[in-house]
Amino acid sequence: MPVKSYAGAQVDVEEDGFFVHPEQWSQDMAPEIARESGVPELTERHWEVVSFMRKEYLASGDSPSVRLLGKASGVPVKELYQLFPKGPAKLAAKIAGIPKPRSCI
Amino acid sequence: MGHRIVVLGGGTGGTLVANRLWRSYAHSEQVEITVVDSNDRHVYQPALLFVPFGLASLDEIVRPRSKQLHSGINYEMSAVDHVDLPANRVHLANGREIDYDVLVVATGAVLQPEETPGMTGPGWMQKVFTFYSPEGAGALEGALATFSSGHIVVNPIDMPIKCPVAPLEFCFLADWYFKERGVRDQVQISYVTPLDGAFTMPTSSRMLGNMLAEKNIELVSEFNTGEVDGKEGRLISYDGRELPFDLAVVIPLHAGADYVGRSPGLGDQLNFVPSDEHTLQSKARPNVFVIGDAANVPTSKAGSVTHFEGEVLAANVRAFLAGEELAASFDGHSNCFIEAGFSKALLIDFNYDTEPLPGRFPAKIGVPLLKESRLNHLGKLMFQWFYWHVLLPGRDIPGLGSGMPHAGKLEAPGDGTDEQNESDEKEVHSNAG
Repeated sequence: MPVKSYAGAQVDVEEDGFFVHPEQWSQDMAPEIARESGVPELTERHWEVVSFMRKEYLASGDSPSVRLLGKASGVPVKELYQLFPKGPAKLAAKIAGIPKPRSCI
Repeated sequence: MGHRIVVLGGGTGGTLVANRLWRSYAHSEQVEITVVDSNDRHVYQPALLFVPFGLASLDEIVRPRSKQLHSGINYEMSAVDHVDLPANRVHLANGREIDYDVLVVATGAVLQPEETPGMTGPGWMQKVFTFYSPEGAGALEGALATFSSGHIVVNPIDMPIKCPVAPLEFCFLADWYFKERGVRDQVQISYVTPLDGAFTMPTSSRMLGNMLAEKNIELVSEFNTGEVDGKEGRLISYDGRELPFDLAVVIPLHAGADYVGRSPGLGDQLNFVPSDEHTLQSKARPNVFVIGDAANVPTSKAGSVTHFEGEVLAANVRAFLAGEELAASFDGHSNCFIEAGFSKALLIDFNYDTEPLPGRFPAKIGVPLLKESRLNHLGKLMFQWFYWHVLLPGRDIPGLGSGMPHAGKLEAPGDGTDEQNESDEKEVHSNAG
């Protein structure tokens, strides 16, 4: 399993960069993960989404989908795509140090 | 007095679990079962795929819900207003109240076309259709019959949807349909998906992706539709991409039934009911169980899943009422025939832990998995009979329990045992004939 270094600490990640152990994450790692994923700067609005993702994951054990984010995070879906281009749920999950959302089949 | 079991929903899951439970209690005074639904039309949903191509008609696939239930089961025709979980009581829209010892939520998923801006606006049911409802499938049949050139887009808006392979099957059948009519070279077909490939799981995504390519169907991936413009004929994604169409076949967003949202504590934000993926007990209350599409469990929203869940759910409801541990465990088993057109179909079989693999089903001598074959097409056609006569009455399919069979599956795709399988197929075919 790949290991990455963020904010001076070693963390275990999946092949596609998602955290294996959400408890290894800390806030100061987020800007670095964001830059790697093509989000140059985390604004307050970004943080709203990232914190919501983490809170939801810790409460329910699932990473929220874009649709759920749009309904419950207070950030409309259109804006989510501006903040996290291409895949808001995936990107925000990665930055929040939680597993990839299971796109239920 | 016997146990009072109330089943909300008289579709696939509600019907088969009510019948299973009824048969499992030897004397009628041990149990009183009531099934609630808002109408008396039970639609055999797998056939909706065939209606637009004139391969099935609506009157052949609808039967009365009440007639699918054992005569000892009460049938109450009303919508549900809400469930009062602390009081163990269901409030019906017709004003009646029903108390329960165990509640089974089996109200499936509903379509929400109005959730996507523009979808139900100008062009809805003229240029923009869905085959996921009987009305939509019927209207689409008329539209396809007069369509002989232009661009068709097929777009599941977002997951989860019922029968996630159906939109792909629609593409395969459309390819066949327009070839039969001799106009295929004037019709462009695009499969537009929010996923990053043709399907979710790697092996099947690759194989189904290849099938799209072979049939000259364009795959547009990672397209998250934010708006449907039926007047101009374009899908517009959240990130501003546009896709022009002459005819759009959309699969609207899905959610759980509305009353779930009106029942405090029962559902999630999409009105699906969080439940234990193995015992099927809801997370809301220990005396509330969930079956089929209504549940928020990580497997397909499909009839086969519901059938496999039925055995587990009935056992666990009985155990709960007897004050015993819930011993029965569902493994996420899902099994579906994928219609490929030209009288061929594929079969895929998987569970929570194992993705669809090639090989044979249910054992080494059996029908081929993840591969087009005539035998699978016949299986798909025969299934409607099974549905009304075996599945809904809640009977087991001989030789096939609820767990996913491993025998006959190849560990890795294309490991050279295919030759052997080919001869198996001939053998089975001649035996069957």
